Amino acid sequence: MALDLSEPLQKVIDGLAEDFSDALIDVYQSSGDTFVRIKPEANVEVCRYLKEEHHFIYLTDVIGADRFTSEERFEVIYNLVSLRDRERLFVKAWLEEESPEIASITEVWESANWFERQTYDMFGINFTNHPDLRRMYMPEDFEYYPLRKEFPLLGIPGSIELPSSTPDSEHEI
Amino acid sequence: MSTEDISKKKSTPTFFKEHQKALYKALEDKNTSIEFREKDPLGTDMVLNLGPQHPATHGVLRLALQIDGETIEKAKLDIGYLHRGVEKVAENKTFQEFMPYTDRMDYLSPYSNNVAFCRAVEKIANVEVPERANYIRMIGCELARISSHLLWLGTMVQDAGAVSYFLWTFREREKLYDIFDQIGGHRFTISHARIGGVANDLTDSAMAMIKEFVNTFPDELDAWHKTLDRNRIFFDRNEGVGVLKTENALEKGATGPTLRGSGYAYDVRKFKPYSKYDEVEFQVPTRLEGDNLARYYVRMEEMQESIRIIRQCLDKLPKGPVRTDNAKQAYPSKDEVYYSMEGMIHDFMMTDTGICPPEGSESFHSIEAPKGELGFFIQSDGTGHPWRLAIKSPSFANLQVLEKILDGEMIADSVLIIGGVDPVMGDSDK
Repeated sequence: MALDLSEPLQKVIDGLAEDFSDALIDVYQSSGDTFVRIKPEANVEVCRYLKEEHHFIYLTDVIGADRFTSEERFEVIYNLVSLRDRERLFVKAWLEEESPEIASITEVWESANWFERQTYDMFGINFTNHPDLRRMYMPEDFEYYPLRKEFPLLGIPGSIELPSSTPDSEHEI
Repeated sequence: MSTEDISKKKSTPTFFKEHQKALYKALEDKNTSIEFREKDPLGTDMVLNLGPQHPATHGVLRLALQIDGETIEKAKLDIGYLHRGVEKVAENKTFQEFMPYTDRMDYLSPYSNNVAFCRAVEKIANVEVPERANYIRMIGCELARISSHLLWLGTMVQDAGAVSYFLWTFREREKLYDIFDQIGGHRFTISHARIGGVANDLTDSAMAMIKEFVNTFPDELDAWHKTLDRNRIFFDRNEGVGVLKTENALEKGATGPTLRGSGYAYDVRKFKPYSKYDEVEFQVPTRLEGDNLARYYVRMEEMQESIRIIRQCLDKLPKGPVRTDNAKQAYPSKDEVYYSMEGMIHDFMMTDTGICPPEGSESFHSIEAPKGELGFFIQSDGTGHPWRLAIKSPSFANLQVLEKILDGEMIADSVLIIGGVDPVMGDSDK
């Protein structure tokens, strides 16, 4: 499919194709948004390149997704914004099903901290070199990753410790 | 109970043990590279838990504060007490079924959330929205912005010590709720937007009420400006408090008024205009100081701009349908459903299967909600349910900023800074 890219984005894609020809896997558009798929090993370098050379200085979100039944099951999507060119670019990487792992981009954008924690919490994707990789919403005692497709909608009974129905008798003061 | 027992109790939490341990560990580890303090002989350093059940935390936000006397040395936030897993719920609902759930996310501006979600679905499924519906949505969104900012104003000024403000802003919010009642039939969770348009047209009485509100509200706003803009107490409490420097604002991921108070005029309504925002004139208020006072000015001016936008929308409001007339994309009107067989079949199909975006497509659409950039990322597998629906919520991004700007502030100011950042836990916890 022919790409219909704006001028600044065309420059970005050309730049990526030149400097990161090994890491770049795919460039495509869907519903007017531009997606770049890269090798997971290169994510930090590509992100730093986009930030420093192409002015994508604002990281809006880090999205996790489960491509259940596909070979490379997990997906991490960075939602980048260039305020100068008024452009939005999505950079994504596919990860293996067994112990999904990708380097953290907190050294490039500080704001990735919580976004990555959220993705870790929901999908169990491990971000290496993350300064504070704890669960975001679920308590640390919880063992499952709720947004994975195999997690049932109704939850798993007994997976979360609930308050005793007679709290007074539990521990006396 | 001896002191030994108490200290033992303190060190071993009874609930979610691993979670508490990890949180306190993270608090201890924060900024360790710049810490040179010796052990305090007076023992004034302690960990203070603020929330989750505290009226000043605007919901169920929990802060673990490492304090030294009255100064916050470092802070860690613990969120998730309102986590309902709406992203998981979305995967098991049709698009239209999920729309009411968005009301319950940022529950202070439900209209914006409805519009944000419907626009995202319209983008991925290529649905055209009639012009009149766009203008109605804009009016609703700006009313929601005013409503949200009014709650912020009332609670933030109350946090600063002026209790009567809460009553004044709620009097105005009451009028807004009445308007929403007239628009969509609900006061709080409106669910007025539909994929492909809105549920129903504005009635004459709703129009009259909006016009009345637009005419009277600026006077109220002026009166509030008069009481606060030269108020020594309000200034002393807010000036230079909770500073987010311009050079850090983007790096830390701030959004909405928090970002604009720090000098960046990033507003999605200007950045990538949606609906008909490119056809109305308005300013994006910004300040450079980045403190609580700057956020106050930004939000107050935003309310003024909202009134301006509503006025222009009322002038421009074109005649025509309020929902797209394509039975494959949007619900047919009730007239059709009740009086024709096709209408009923289409209504059933929309409820049963719903709108199906093309297989394998993915898209992101964001709008400028009162709290900041609210976006929905949708991946479709060609069925009526989203394969993955990710929500970029503004409060979540701003809370991350809050964790950074609390360091070094006074405990007494912490409540005010939370108020200034204006998080809504329903939004951040999803």
